[in-house]
Amino acid sequence: MTQTSAVALSIRQLVKAYVRGKLVLNGITLDIAPDGITAIIGPSGTGKSTLIRCINRLVEPTSGEIIFEGRNLVTLGRGELRAARRQIGMVFQEYNLVERLSVMENVLSGRLGYVPPFKAWLRRFPQTDINEAYALLDTVGLAAQAHARADALSGGQRQRVGIARALMQSPKLLLADEPTSSLDPKTSVEIMTLMRDLSRQRGIPAIVNIHNVALAQRFATRIVGLSGGAVVFDGVPGALTDAHLKQIYGGESWLDGDSG
Amino acid sequence: MRAGATVVDCEWQRYSAGERMARFMVYLVIVAAVVLSIRTVEVIPEFIIDAPEQLADLLKRMWPPDAASYPAEIHDALLDSIHIATVGTVLGVAMALPFGFLAARNVTPWPWLNWVARLVLISARSINTLVFALFFVAVFGPGALAGTLAIAFHSIGFVGRLFSEALEATSPGPIEALRAAGAPAASVISFGYWPQVVPAFWSLVLFRWDINVRESIVLGLVGAGGVGMALDNALNLFQWTRVAMILLSILAVVIAAEVAVTAIRKRII
Repeated sequence: MTQTSAVALSIRQLVKAYVRGKLVLNGITLDIAPDGITAIIGPSGTGKSTLIRCINRLVEPTSGEIIFEGRNLVTLGRGELRAARRQIGMVFQEYNLVERLSVMENVLSGRLGYVPPFKAWLRRFPQTDINEAYALLDTVGLAAQAHARADALSGGQRQRVGIARALMQSPKLLLADEPTSSLDPKTSVEIMTLMRDLSRQRGIPAIVNIHNVALAQRFATRIVGLSGGAVVFDGVPGALTDAHLKQIYGGESWLDGDSG
Repeated sequence: MRAGATVVDCEWQRYSAGERMARFMVYLVIVAAVVLSIRTVEVIPEFIIDAPEQLADLLKRMWPPDAASYPAEIHDALLDSIHIATVGTVLGVAMALPFGFLAARNVTPWPWLNWVARLVLISARSINTLVFALFFVAVFGPGALAGTLAIAFHSIGFVGRLFSEALEATSPGPIEALRAAGAPAASVISFGYWPQVVPAFWSLVLFRWDINVRESIVLGLVGAGGVGMALDNALNLFQWTRVAMILLSILAVVIAAEVAVTAIRKRII
């Protein structure tokens, strides 16, 4: 467990403004360790999603650096960006599966960055990919549904497929944008457990946007609190106090109610 | 009710004064357009009064339809028409797909390409099949080839436009997921866009085929092959019983196509 110097991802002075002059991210600087789950918490509209999407450039950063595998992702050309994206798995709030394709095809689509388009079109994936896909489906508990269509699955099952698809990339980093926000509390815990276990087993660091503070504290190894586009808390879950939450979310009446 | 409370009447009207004025203007324009159109048509009253008599006379001469002419002169021509429609549809769809992809703003992120593609689609749609047929008859001579190409070229506009609209209506989530996985553009299309538009695609292909069956029948009138040519001949020779038989056959084919398309569409959607 020597992770003092090693860094999987380094974000330097990241700025994003969708509209000129209105900063959504106001100079974020973060180093992500090569293992563990980093939970990003913060109020709606504070740039959590923008931050995570800037990392794989689904959203183009306005300025700053994102160093991953020794390269600055912000300045990569199209081809290089695709190659870098292959190594970054992503899980979405709305699962983002292709509904009319089978579960198996959705999982295999995680390999599209590696398989030539023509072979992918003919569904001729390498045997190792197919074996890996079955193994992953088994891991997430959906081996029996491999041939079902994605739109026949429940929300929790779809998110499992989403996780399997992300891991199919053999990623070196996992991003999750509100992976449990569309799920019920029990399923949310199951999905977070799955993400934590797989991240541990495979040694893949994960960055997870999450608005449920209790879930963040339970599963994350590190919590980053965003407010107004800036980092206002960064530490282990145990260090997160009501005072911090007040600072992140503002107000305090919501803290007493059902915190128990 | 609340006793003692004074109720103040609040004024509420569905439209504001400006909206009422705008609506009035729209009605005015519609009425003016209808009046102008009627004046241009130049209705001749004598012909209208005469019409029922003429119609009755024509129907009398058409009856009974000349069933004996069907095997010898109508059947093959009718099949020709259906073949023209089918091959024309296949060709038209093949040509329409690339323009559909180029016209869809979410698939092709270059506005100038969208506009070029849309211009092609609009041109194809605005030139009637009959006009295309006249053109191709002049180029390739009369016959089924001219008809097939006319059908194909006019279909590009309809198929391409609706296909690009189906593409633009796809959900962006799965596309984003595939891009995030580093998929190249071709794979994003085949795994992300295509599965989402497959039902719409087959539905509009069938719909277009149905329209093309009807259009291919008319094409013969300008010499572009099919049963229209037989109809033209019969009309020119005043063989009214044969004309009746041809019209009945066409009606049967059109109904059959409609039934088939409806049945297949129900299955795929």
